[in-house]
Amino acid sequence: MIRIDCPWCGVRDEVEFTYRGDATVVRPGEGASEEAFHDFVYKRANPRGWHVEWWYHGAGCRQFLKVVRHTMTHEVRAVARATEMPEVPAE
Amino acid sequence: MRYSGLRLFAEALRGNTGWKPAWRDPPPKRSYDVIIIGGGGHGLATAYYLAKEHGITNVAVLEKGPIGLGNTGRNTTIVRSNYMLPQNHFFYEKALSLWEGLEQDLNYNAMVSQRGVINLFHAEGTRNAAVRRGNAMRLDGIDADLLDKEQVRALCPLIDVDNGRFPVLGGLMQRRGGTARHDAVAWGFARAADQRGVDIIQHCEVTGIDVEGGRVTGVQTTRGPIKANKIGLAVAGNTSRLAQMAGIDVPIESHVLQAFVSEGVKPLVDQVITFGAGHFYISQSDKGGLVFGGGLDGWNTYAQRGNLPVVDHVWSAGIAMMPSLSRLRGLRQWGGVMDMSFDGSPIIGKTPIDGLYMTAGWCYGGFKATPGSGWCHAWTIANDAPHKLNEAYRLDRFRTGHLLDERGNGPYPWMQ
Repeated sequence: MIRIDCPWCGVRDEVEFTYRGDATVVRPGEGASEEAFHDFVYKRANPRGWHVEWWYHGAGCRQFLKVVRHTMTHEVRAVARATEMPEVPAE
Repeated sequence: MRYSGLRLFAEALRGNTGWKPAWRDPPPKRSYDVIIIGGGGHGLATAYYLAKEHGITNVAVLEKGPIGLGNTGRNTTIVRSNYMLPQNHFFYEKALSLWEGLEQDLNYNAMVSQRGVINLFHAEGTRNAAVRRGNAMRLDGIDADLLDKEQVRALCPLIDVDNGRFPVLGGLMQRRGGTARHDAVAWGFARAADQRGVDIIQHCEVTGIDVEGGRVTGVQTTRGPIKANKIGLAVAGNTSRLAQMAGIDVPIESHVLQAFVSEGVKPLVDQVITFGAGHFYISQSDKGGLVFGGGLDGWNTYAQRGNLPVVDHVWSAGIAMMPSLSRLRGLRQWGGVMDMSFDGSPIIGKTPIDGLYMTAGWCYGGFKATPGSGWCHAWTIANDAPHKLNEAYRLDRFRTGHLLDERGNGPYPWMQ
């Protein structure tokens, strides 16, 4: 069971959350190239290691969170508010 | 050595002393015409069809561990072609027709069993969707039958067709669908490819792909560098990492899918049956264990293990469909890492790097596609162009907008 330390609600089980994918992609501005929009929608690093991702706390505070989680160990290292960028470990 | 009933009889009399290893264990040569990375079903099938259909036998299959221990050994062994989109019809129907002749072709018992696949529906909306899909299949010459509630009850009395919350209105059945023995598929393709001269090199992990001037020239491995002008990737779950070694990003995320086996019981479930109100599908192995699975855990992972919420969901859905399952004990549970593509459909074709090809993005559907994937991948490598059957599965469809979103989920890999 993945447990996420929500900055608003405290430590909660993953069943309260909905996964919403890679949180490092940024929507390009208006007038950006087709290439930029392709990358925004389809290009993902899909790392084997630390991954910054969106989790929506639907059964709690209903806030979007940024979670730093390892894709081999599933360890959650940091949880941040949507407007912050949590620190990502190098290894 | 050819396998036959006579051979089995003769060996039984001789104390089974005459059996030879089913494939060689050669050291890697310095160069090959084609290198296939990944010794699972898809990679071995690609090598086999390269040798058989195209006469290309100077081929190596590189596998980081022993063959067939990745997703080939981690699935629920279902074969079927009951899709809705025409592009998927033609491809999966090719795969199913290859399954139908596979054992004679490979001279290996892959235990292909066309026991039928039934998709249950529990509401009028899902019935309409099943009817539409069944009609789409029949228009392209694929068998599909609509079953009513009583027909479902007659085929599988254990299904709770009168369930108060999810009453079964009927099911869509593909009678030619069924199961196969997953390990035997890997072993059969390995043996048949080896007999045609393919080198199967186990415990040889690829650590780099050499690209010069936009062309592949070889690979770096834990057993030294190997040269080749054509390289095929068949590394489901790890396609992103291998593609990144060649400097390209693919529209794929890696996710885990769990599967389960119960203790062995007498024959209970004669078909493959899928629940329509939750993610659950079940069949029974020849050893008697009920084999079943569900949906993704839902977050990116490369670990071949899942988490308890999905275990709970799968068993709950199973018990809702077939209440007597609650009396069974689970025996084993495991996870496999999927290449989840952004439209739920696979990628077989060329890449922006000359000489680099891939069969990838198989989502839930990799096992049933095994022979078709190998056949199309081999064609694409041999001709440096996609076959008509896999033209729609091209990598650049995500740029051109020609997506194959069978379920209409949008570009969210964890929801496919």
